[in-house]
Amino acid sequence: MEIVMSNSMVETASQIERRVMPDKTLGQIVVDNPRVSARNVDVFYGDKHAIDDISLDIGASQVISFIGPSGCGKSTFLRCLNRMNDTIDKCRVEGEINIDGRNIYDPLIDVVSLRARVGMVFQKANPFPKSIFDNIAYGPTIHGLASSKVELEQIVETSLQRAGLWEEVKDRLDQPGTGLSGGQQQRLCIARTIAVSPEVILMDEPCSALDPIATAKVEELIHELREQYTIVIVTHSMQQAARVSDRTAYFHLGKLVEVGDTKQVFTNPKHELTQDYITGRFG
Amino acid sequence: MTDQSTKNLSPRQASERVALTIKARKRKESQFLFIGQSAVAVAIGFLILLFAGILSKGIPGFFQHYVTLEVQLDAAKLDPTGQMTIESLSQGDFDGAVRDSLYLALGNPEGRKAKRDARKLISSGSSQRLMTYVLNHPQQMGSTVAMKFAVDDDVDSFLRGFISRETSEADRRISDLQISYIDILDAQNRLSYEISDYLFFGSASRDAEMAGIFGALIGSLFTLLVCIILAFPLGVGTAVYLEEMAPKNRLTEIIEININNLAAVPSVVYGIMGLAIFISVFGMPRSIPLVGGIVLALMTLPTIIISSRAAIRAVPPSIRDAALGIGASKIQTIVHHVLPLAMPGILTGTIIGMAQALGETAPLLMIGMVAFIVDVPTGVTDPGTVLPVQIFMWADFAERMFVQKTSAAIIILLAFLVSMNGAAIFLRKKLERRW
Repeated sequence: MEIVMSNSMVETASQIERRVMPDKTLGQIVVDNPRVSARNVDVFYGDKHAIDDISLDIGASQVISFIGPSGCGKSTFLRCLNRMNDTIDKCRVEGEINIDGRNIYDPLIDVVSLRARVGMVFQKANPFPKSIFDNIAYGPTIHGLASSKVELEQIVETSLQRAGLWEEVKDRLDQPGTGLSGGQQQRLCIARTIAVSPEVILMDEPCSALDPIATAKVEELIHELREQYTIVIVTHSMQQAARVSDRTAYFHLGKLVEVGDTKQVFTNPKHELTQDYITGRFG
Repeated sequence: MTDQSTKNLSPRQASERVALTIKARKRKESQFLFIGQSAVAVAIGFLILLFAGILSKGIPGFFQHYVTLEVQLDAAKLDPTGQMTIESLSQGDFDGAVRDSLYLALGNPEGRKAKRDARKLISSGSSQRLMTYVLNHPQQMGSTVAMKFAVDDDVDSFLRGFISRETSEADRRISDLQISYIDILDAQNRLSYEISDYLFFGSASRDAEMAGIFGALIGSLFTLLVCIILAFPLGVGTAVYLEEMAPKNRLTEIIEININNLAAVPSVVYGIMGLAIFISVFGMPRSIPLVGGIVLALMTLPTIIISSRAAIRAVPPSIRDAALGIGASKIQTIVHHVLPLAMPGILTGTIIGMAQALGETAPLLMIGMVAFIVDVPTGVTDPGTVLPVQIFMWADFAERMFVQKTSAAIIILLAFLVSMNGAAIFLRKKLERRW
């Protein structure tokens, strides 16, 4: 009986592909007062067309989550926003991404200052093999944000406080960041990112390697940070997207299928693909 | 469906068949274990044989026989002009002073032949030794001092028992008269067997009892200094560029293949290149540590580049992402994060490369570092030789004592190599343990 059930629930990949892809994104891609505004972005890895004509606005003080099955291009699009794709040899980006009205793919834009404004937290916590203090202090030091040692210490403290890590680590700032637990390491990485006072924080599946308690802490943190930062989060957890984000964007095979208010996307999706993904028929 | 069910065994049948194969598998496993263990045993056996051979030959080489003589330091004879400088002392008759003290100990032998035989008992470097002593102790002038002089290498061989009394006089390198003199000295307790100071502080010499490694050691140090100054920055720079910055295209691929091939080029080829380019074209002098160092640097570059690239590649990409993600530039990412993490591996490769360079002989022969040089080099442009070349030259000499000195020098070279490799392991452990 069970076998019969699951057979009808799970569709093969070819069945999914037969579903109609939309010609253009459903839902509101435009917002008032956007901080990030992407227009007609295409990304190629060599011959592979990884992102197909995506346009999307991301408002200031807003959390947007990118969801979609593996390989749909959500991480690729995220990495376009601070030009981390530049490090991949064969990657080519077309189209326009404006942050605060300036195209970040303009040759005059300095990628170093861009990445100081658009910080990134990675899937796997990657603290430097240095002390906790040095982990946070590295960004402000290379960007010359602190004019004195006292100021630097102040930045480290506030960053750790905002990341909710200060109470746990204040007595062992000189110990290696790699000695912390997984959840603490990820919050350390978030603290490191906010230490350079970015406008946008990109998070690439920040909780995928964490247990539920550590995940809850990071989500709480995202909730607090939304006041000051624009946060873009890629996640495989529909519940997480529903809990933390204001807007949700659903990606499929390199296309942005649907975007809208999180509530609307999860309760009343406009496209059949979105509907099927959030109800767990594939993914 | 029926096809498949006939192919699939029941669990019971399957476990019976597995039981059948287990015996064969266990046998193969124990065979493999036996082969592996015997290979290790053979290797250890050869190592023990090698060390036993070198040590048994070499340890006597660290010692030699000395004779104690009372020398009268007569100012009028030794320092005719009375200035106590090297120039004035070199006019003094130190030879005579040593000779007189020897004749005195032997009871003043009469006749030219007797005197000549007596003179040949002690090393010809004895007067130099006395002069150095006087230079360092000018207040002793006028008194009589007891000094130890090395005995001639033939006498040393006799005392070690390599030359027998039973051999007829014509067949041995030491005369009956000399043997009787040795007996006299022995009876007076003047002969002693001590650690050889000539071995450690002497330079190249035709006289086996005076030959030492000091000049070659200094030459080796200068050569290695030039080698590391050139090879380390160049090698690490190349590795960083190829690994972190260079585009991956045809050209870099060709460069990579060529570097790997260069690591396998016989070292003598680098020597020929050094001779053809640095000496013939650029007109640099022969036999100098500078050219030797350049040649050895070229030889060790591939080793350093390959090991540095491996070390850089082993740094997790997440660290680069982390640094780039908060806005570090490429150079900052490399200098602040990648290089410190790769440093243990880079240093290990460099030290192994240096050890290889320290033991290298062939390319240095090509550029003339095999010349017989008595003076200790004082800089990288002074002619000099290096330890392995010194060993090579000593191995060529016929005197019995050189065999022991060669083995002793090999032990010293091995000690250097072992300590360099030890330093590599220590550095790697120390730098890695930090995090």
